[in-house]
Amino acid sequence: MLTKKVKNRIVFLSLIILTLLISSIFIFKVLQKNLLYFLTPTEILNIQDTRINEVYRIGGMVKKNSITANKDEIKFIVTDFNNEILVTYKGSIPNLFAEGKGVVVEGKLKDKKFIIAKKILAKHDENYMPPELETIMKDAK
Amino acid sequence: MFHYFSFTSVFKIIEKLINFINSIFFIILTIGLTFALVLSPPDYLQGETVRIMYIHVPSAWIALGCYSAIFFLTILHYIFKIKNFFIISKSIAPIGLLFTCLAIITGSIWGKPTWGTWWAWDARLTSMIILMCFYILYIISIKFIKIDSLKDKISTFLILLGAINIPIIKYSVDWWNTLHQPASINITGTNTIHSSMIVPLALMLLVLLIYCALIFLMKYKTEIIKIKKKNLFNYD
Repeated sequence: MLTKKVKNRIVFLSLIILTLLISSIFIFKVLQKNLLYFLTPTEILNIQDTRINEVYRIGGMVKKNSITANKDEIKFIVTDFNNEILVTYKGSIPNLFAEGKGVVVEGKLKDKKFIIAKKILAKHDENYMPPELETIMKDAK
Repeated sequence: MFHYFSFTSVFKIIEKLINFINSIFFIILTIGLTFALVLSPPDYLQGETVRIMYIHVPSAWIALGCYSAIFFLTILHYIFKIKNFFIISKSIAPIGLLFTCLAIITGSIWGKPTWGTWWAWDARLTSMIILMCFYILYIISIKFIKIDSLKDKISTFLILLGAINIPIIKYSVDWWNTLHQPASINITGTNTIHSSMIVPLALMLLVLLIYCALIFLMKYKTEIIKIKKKNLFNYD
């Protein structure tokens, strides 16, 4: 069954696959940073000072008891449990936005601890459960 | 070794299979939908929106599965030059495209109430769009290239190129920060999805898989008839 032609084709095919694999690994090494949809507050600390005032997306958890809202502005703290960043925002917020839940804010970075958000997205986590179960789990805590 | 895959022996079975699937499909569909839409509980956070997941997740799995199947069939076709494998992958491609689009659309509908946006250019969503592009390119290449040897080479290369995308789709949520949540169901390790939601998910997967089999068989049958009519090459 393995004639010379077949063997040649196997070799040729594996060479193509290998080349594609290696080149794609290089491409993704280069693109690594650009593939991040958002940065965490810790990663924001490491950016260069000259790149402040640009538009960033920052993701993390909304810190518990940090939301303060007056009639046209909402302030809260996004945390990755190591570092924090203060967010102010005007506009409508998604339904799932809540304390202790994931959030992605997009807007102009004013300094490394403060961002004025243009858009807020709620980040849903991978947990799915019925509501009764959640109250049971809360009681258990 | 591969004579089991010859057209004549396959053709006889197809008719029977299509009839069988037709007889059971609506019963399973009704059961699956009842579980997904009525019997399963709402989510503690998303509420009723979670029901979109019962279409979205199986569609995404099937989209990836179809591409992997085409990938392996294409490699076998390239090495052993078995025309039937090409016909099979040709018949799978539209199904894969359909379910990729379905996953993207349902995901978008889910994203609006949950995230607050229809679309975000994060790694998972973008790689899914790229998968859609590869399906479209593949279908175009086998439809519009008239020279057979050229068609084989270009479609094979497209499938190899697009195959890099498959692990990227799967692991994008682990490798990079994405808006899309990580997988809830792991074959090894713990599921972060409650068992009352896994049952309708599995049922809907079964329903969609049977639907896939049905449209695959119909498409495959048409392709075989086309070939027999043209009598392009010898079949045993």
